[in-house]
Amino acid sequence: MSRILNRRTVLRGMLGGTAITVGLPLLDCFLDSNGEALADGAPLPKTFVSWFQGLGYAPTYWEPKKIGTGYDFGVQMKAFTPMRDKINIASGLKVFLDAHPAGAHSAGPQGCLQGGVSTPNLPSIDQIVADAIGTRTRYRSIEVSCDGSQDSFSSRSATAKNPGQPSPTALYADIFGASFQDPNAATFTPDPLAMARKSVLSAVADKREKLLTLVGAQDRARLDEYYTSLRAMENKLQIQLEKPAPMEACTVVKNFKKFEVQPGMLIDEAREANRLFAQLLAHAMSCGQTNVASVNFGGSSSNLRQAGSQQTFHMYTHEEMVDPVLGYQKQVAWFSNQVAESVLEFAQIFDSIKEGKGSLLDRSVIMYSTDSGYARSHSVENMPMVTFGSAGGALKTGVHVSAPGDGVTRFGLTVMQALGVPIGSWGVESNSTNKTITEFLA
Amino acid sequence: MTRFTLPRIATFLVAAGVVAAATPAVIDFASVKAAAPAAAEATDQALMRRLTPQQYQRIVSDVFGVDMEIQGRFEPVPRVSGLLEVGTGKVGLTASGFQQYYTIAQGIAAKALDEQHRDFLVPCKPANAQAADAACAQQFLTKVGELLYRRPLAADEMKTQVDLASKGANDLKNFYTGLALSLESMMVQPQFIYRQETVVPSKSKPGQFELDAYSKATRLSFFFWDTSPDRILMDAAKDGSLDTPAGMKKQIERLAASPRLEDGMRSFFVDMLQFDQLDLVGKDATLYPNFTRNAVDDAREQTLRTITDHLINQNGDYRGLFTTRKTFLTPMLGSLYRVSVRSDVPNGYPQEWTAYQYPEGDPRAGILTHVSFVSLHSHPGRTSPTIRGKAMREVMLCQKVPDPPGNVNFTVVQDTTNPLYKTARERLNAHATEAMCTGCHKITDPIGLALENFDSDGAYRTSENGAPIDTNGTIDGKPFNNALTLGQVVSQLPAATSCLVNRLSAYGLGRDVPRSQGDWLKTIQASFATNGYRVTDLMKTLAASPEFYQSAAPK
Repeated sequence: MSRILNRRTVLRGMLGGTAITVGLPLLDCFLDSNGEALADGAPLPKTFVSWFQGLGYAPTYWEPKKIGTGYDFGVQMKAFTPMRDKINIASGLKVFLDAHPAGAHSAGPQGCLQGGVSTPNLPSIDQIVADAIGTRTRYRSIEVSCDGSQDSFSSRSATAKNPGQPSPTALYADIFGASFQDPNAATFTPDPLAMARKSVLSAVADKREKLLTLVGAQDRARLDEYYTSLRAMENKLQIQLEKPAPMEACTVVKNFKKFEVQPGMLIDEAREANRLFAQLLAHAMSCGQTNVASVNFGGSSSNLRQAGSQQTFHMYTHEEMVDPVLGYQKQVAWFSNQVAESVLEFAQIFDSIKEGKGSLLDRSVIMYSTDSGYARSHSVENMPMVTFGSAGGALKTGVHVSAPGDGVTRFGLTVMQALGVPIGSWGVESNSTNKTITEFLA
Repeated sequence: MTRFTLPRIATFLVAAGVVAAATPAVIDFASVKAAAPAAAEATDQALMRRLTPQQYQRIVSDVFGVDMEIQGRFEPVPRVSGLLEVGTGKVGLTASGFQQYYTIAQGIAAKALDEQHRDFLVPCKPANAQAADAACAQQFLTKVGELLYRRPLAADEMKTQVDLASKGANDLKNFYTGLALSLESMMVQPQFIYRQETVVPSKSKPGQFELDAYSKATRLSFFFWDTSPDRILMDAAKDGSLDTPAGMKKQIERLAASPRLEDGMRSFFVDMLQFDQLDLVGKDATLYPNFTRNAVDDAREQTLRTITDHLINQNGDYRGLFTTRKTFLTPMLGSLYRVSVRSDVPNGYPQEWTAYQYPEGDPRAGILTHVSFVSLHSHPGRTSPTIRGKAMREVMLCQKVPDPPGNVNFTVVQDTTNPLYKTARERLNAHATEAMCTGCHKITDPIGLALENFDSDGAYRTSENGAPIDTNGTIDGKPFNNALTLGQVVSQLPAATSCLVNRLSAYGLGRDVPRSQGDWLKTIQASFATNGYRVTDLMKTLAASPEFYQSAAPK
């Protein structure tokens, strides 16, 4: 039995909008007795979130001292302690700059998320993952931004950077608005307008070859991107026309709090947006709407700040004196702690969605990365890399690995393989690697 | 000898109805290169520019009426070479971007064909409103399609759209729903969301290439009005007059004399001055309680009104923008500028703009002292002479300031609690003792420090932390002692006027002017000076140049 029911055959010729009733007891039919897998034995899909915030931590103050399991976080990552056993952490990894200029805040995210610092942009890890596990969901991927901007760290190609959705309210309306189909609903009515639109887009796509012959190479690449995006929309419409597979844990978000981040980069607002986005994305994933997301918390050279303060996070990293007692910049550490708490909240919300004996987090990987090993000096050495979740058991968790001098791409490659991406090596130039972090793999 | 077939060009020209099928299928590219080095240089230039949100909105209003509002957010465009308009020629479209366009198009199509709009937008009635009517659909799609695609639709394109309307009408048993499906599909196709330019062999310069008449019309219209060509311009493209110098001149004069020139001028300056970024500016509410969201909108509008009034209504010298005392204010802006602004509107009506002139002796004059400029280039909680100076160099003078190097100790720069360094100047001077920093800060900070009398929200101040603010400095060896004299000095810098020519030409072309056209640019700059630095004249000169439409052949 196909995991996702394809109703094209049934629907063909039913454009008048006839309701189709699936007269079967859904959960008994489609899910196993534990609710952890579909009845055909296929596990619930793996999901992935890339969560990014720049400006890192101070070296020696975040890393666990102990290698392996049972470690304690460094003082600047203490916030992660409640979830330690669901976390993997790597220290010592670096981004190789090769002969490229060290873009102060761009080399870090490029190395961690795109596998290399060569310009222009390479496809980011979330999009590589989406190609593998996001093609059969309503949204191939969802990108959000918590700081009020449309910035994101998700790119399809050099010229196609996915914009971040800055509005939780708009994302709620998009996912759970009129076109949302509850996967556990007893009846399924295909939208005749959606079917007509799919047909219309197919006709547009048919013009592709002719248009491509009319333009130069630069424009041809851009048109290709256009048609790829058009096909993604077609796919989305197609999925809307199929009876969705039941998802036991799916609950529709109701009475969603309206919230818009105001310009000004207040960290309290970013944290609230992060919480709301986490809820929306967790529910979207538990309802099978998407398997991949990317979160920009506050950017790389981040100007997050506190109300009433002249200074921002970024300004503090450059300008604050190192506290002689603490050994690090005190205000910077305050912001870093806020960030760690925010990632933790995000992961806890995923963990709160119970699916059988486990949680949504258990079949997910939330990968947290940053732009520098030490923002005070723009260093891309000793990059903090952290995951939450076990990718459906593909990852052991609660493990600290230290690999000084190794490329940070080892971490991304490991995550991708755990998620089932058919990829043997990742990265460009010196950042290219075929070495996973085997200590993480189950 | 390189011989290169051009069936693509020929095919498209025929499809577009521009030339007969007898277009030579083989072109001697060796002779082309010899005759036209400029064209040969950039053989792979982009000819597609994605519409900006502003352009999209204007076109929709032009075609369907002013009550068509865009519901949604467009995928952002990167700023390249100082301009979003250049970025529109380099950016692709993501899946979520496509969905945004599609959702917006669906909303517009539904509204355009609802019961309130269909009677005056659709020029015919279907024989049966519950079924397809290809003839009526074609009438509507022909009328609208030409305006959306900025050229007549080729026969096969029209057939596709009519077929889509018919199929949709029959499937969904509603003529207007079918028509809306066809319309929304047009509005999501590359022919609409990208300004696609078509290249043809030049009629006046054998061996060279130029835009076809419809592409010229499009370039002209967006340059002057920032929207699609109107019917008159389309007719001039259709009847061939736009390909003649006299016909071209006539259209340029018409476009430049229209009130819609203000739309085009505003769009250009929003782009050049990076005022789109004002949407993301927020100040700390405790430190700057008067800097509200509405105040930001008013600040942007103040500068744009000042610019268009000076350059269009007064036909003033561009350089005067740096020194003019004339501006426009609202009562809300008055609270930021701390001047009394009377608004004589009746109770309950929105406040209106009032012409205002800074009095003699006032510390403000010129757009550099406006709230828009100084607040945009500041931190949320304090000023930044370095950021302001960098913006001044890059935005107004087209000079590139290098990014700061890594691994620099900034500690002393803005430790505002350090009793040794009370003002930004003192802190920056201390910082500049770092040898690797001195070079760049010398070219940014003096300009920014001259604006230190204006706080992050634009409010005037004379001291910082109790110490008097020193605004003396030099730029390119020329001294100034405050923002007023800075404006005067900047207005006389050759870079100020050459920068405008560079930006305006790149804005019109949608790409940087290639080095091979450097001589042309010098000619334009000379003409700008001769015409007393009148920007409308500059636009007309640019638009009348054959180089403005010259193009490489598609690769």
